[in-house]
Amino acid sequence: MKRINTVKELEKVIRNYRDDLVRNTSQDDQEGIALIKVAMATCSIAAGSEKIYQTMSDFVKKRGVHAEISKTGCMGYCYAEPTVEVTLPGREPVVFGNVDENRADEIIESYIKMGDPVPGIIKRDYSTPDQVL
Amino acid sequence: MTNRQLRIALRNCGSINPERIEEYIAGNGYLSLGKVVTGMEPKQAIQLLIDSGLRGRGGAGFPTGLKWLYAMNSEADQKYVVCNADEGDPGAFMDRSILEGDPHSVLEAMAIAGYCIGADKGYIYIRAEYPLAIRRLKIAISQAKESGLLGENIFSSGFSFDIDLKYGAGAFVCGEETALIHSMEGERGEPSLKPPFPAESGYLGMPTNVNNVETLANIPVIFEKGADWFSKIGTEKSKGTKVFALAGKVNNVGLIEVQMGTTLREVIFDIGGGIREGKKFKAVQTGGPSGGCLTEKHLDTPIDYENLVANGSMMGSGGMIVMDEDDCMVSIARFYLEFSVDESCGKCAPCRIGNKRLHELLDRICQGNGTDADLERLRNLGEVIKDTSLCGLGQSSPNPVLSTLDNFFEEFESHVRDKKCPAGVCRDLLEYFILEDNCVGCTACARACPVGAITGERKELHVVNTAICIKCGACMEKCKFDAVVLI
Ligand SMILES: Cc1cc2nc3c(=O)[nH]c(=O)nc-3n(C[C@H](O)[C@H](O)[C@H](O)COP(=O)(O)O)c2cc1C
Ligand code: SF4
Ligand code: FES
Repeated sequence: MKRINTVKELEKVIRNYRDDLVRNTSQDDQEGIALIKVAMATCSIAAGSEKIYQTMSDFVKKRGVHAEISKTGCMGYCYAEPTVEVTLPGREPVVFGNVDENRADEIIESYIKMGDPVPGIIKRDYSTPDQVL
Repeated sequence: MTNRQLRIALRNCGSINPERIEEYIAGNGYLSLGKVVTGMEPKQAIQLLIDSGLRGRGGAGFPTGLKWLYAMNSEADQKYVVCNADEGDPGAFMDRSILEGDPHSVLEAMAIAGYCIGADKGYIYIRAEYPLAIRRLKIAISQAKESGLLGENIFSSGFSFDIDLKYGAGAFVCGEETALIHSMEGERGEPSLKPPFPAESGYLGMPTNVNNVETLANIPVIFEKGADWFSKIGTEKSKGTKVFALAGKVNNVGLIEVQMGTTLREVIFDIGGGIREGKKFKAVQTGGPSGGCLTEKHLDTPIDYENLVANGSMMGSGGMIVMDEDDCMVSIARFYLEFSVDESCGKCAPCRIGNKRLHELLDRICQGNGTDADLERLRNLGEVIKDTSLCGLGQSSPNPVLSTLDNFFEEFESHVRDKKCPAGVCRDLLEYFILEDNCVGCTACARACPVGAITGERKELHVVNTAICIKCGACMEKCKFDAVVLI
């Protein structure tokens, strides 16, 4: 990565990265892709999230799913690990709990490919700093 | 706002990839650092932090801005910033989660602290048992250096700041800041008397600012949104949010972050989803081995530093363990005390010997050999240990005992006077009993009993003579009909 020398440069970099993220998930963009995040903190890994990450990556690759997959830290739902968050283009992110191989398959086939609801969604009940005025 | 949680310290945790600095930057990452080092005097920045009302999340709740001010005012050629990532409370994993999920927010805050107090060097003291956090920190540090956000001449401001890791071996007392500094220096991890405070004389005798991981994780947001924004969140004296590791007998065990002033009821029943298997709530332990147990009558108390202390517990670092009707409070007190006995560094007598004696008293009570005088002794000895110990470990180690004495005195009385454990936990106070409904008179139990305590005719009910029974449990193991129970 290039060295950032001034605050102005940083602001530009911030805009670029944001644009990248928005482009990936924007609604009107035909090319919008799904974003899959697998929680990979110590607790999640202990619950088997590494395998889930591998499985979902394989599914995405082999079945030609239009999705990007990445790792995050703890989502906070230790009681439901492994947890996976999916953001479909133009939709709010949803979190699936207790994901095993079957559920991973279901999430890809039903939710990501078809946009159909899949049971076992954890309701998000937190606000972020930007939502507090 | 209808959501029950507000994630400030955890804002990125679980949503960004911690191994990609780009994702941190996309959320205005390092912008606060840039604005501070290029546009604010250290004094001005510290004033902003004081105005925000942020207090330390590592346990004591000391105002962070003031701490920085003291370190800034200490004259020296070399100063240090230290991040305390020792996190040793049983059941606590807030700091680990932040480091694993959002390492850059801690790095950014440390650099801001360095600029404000006049330090160009920072250390993260982290326990070696956190390999994943260590790995992600190393990646984060190297990415930040590569981008020029750490290292020489940050944002062309002339300010330079570098961060290295120091590893702890996992002793609880090394989380205490003076012990931590001794451990960093390669000395024994023992606390020393304050003053001098680290802000005057810390690492290698130089002014050192020690902050907790979660405290630091709040700081970039405070500089981004302003002191007013932050100070509107929370209660009068406790601003912002607190992260808790919610564990024990609740349905939704997890990592949560709530505004200061949220009640225990909201945390346990709304966010935590209530008690498992529909059992009855009994108590909640906060503050780990330094804290205490709160009960039903505290459920509607707003959580903040002052309220928790007023009710005999403390905020601590954020462990929150929920107990139900099946938990024996005397045993719980003994569990936490045992932790302190194990972790006492032994430097001072009240903590080294006092806690041991306190633990023996609890042992006696749990075994059914306690007396009324022992209950009195528990309290007196506890108070003496608190008043005379050198460091925070000893000064707070009797809290779990004293708070359970206050809130669950009847349970202690049952153990002492009736020799009964109401929750059915203390084995020595339980008796083996054979259920008439289940017993088929197979004689297996009587044959298994090594002391001949069980009598009964074949195909008839068997009976345990508790005066002879040595409570070995052999009968219970042998019975195929679940007829032998402990009550
Ligand atoms: C026995 C003992 C253990 C402690 N353990 C920790 C710890 O694991 N992490 C931590 O941040 N602070 C711990 N503290 C508190 C530190 O001494 C210090 O107050 C804190 O790191 C200051 O940071 P803060 O002002 O940001 O909270 C401990 C204190 C005592 C007495
Ligand atoms: S109070 Fe305990 S841990 Fe602290 S210095 Fe004394 S012996 Fe060591
Ligand atoms: S039924 Fe009593 S020991 Fe088997």
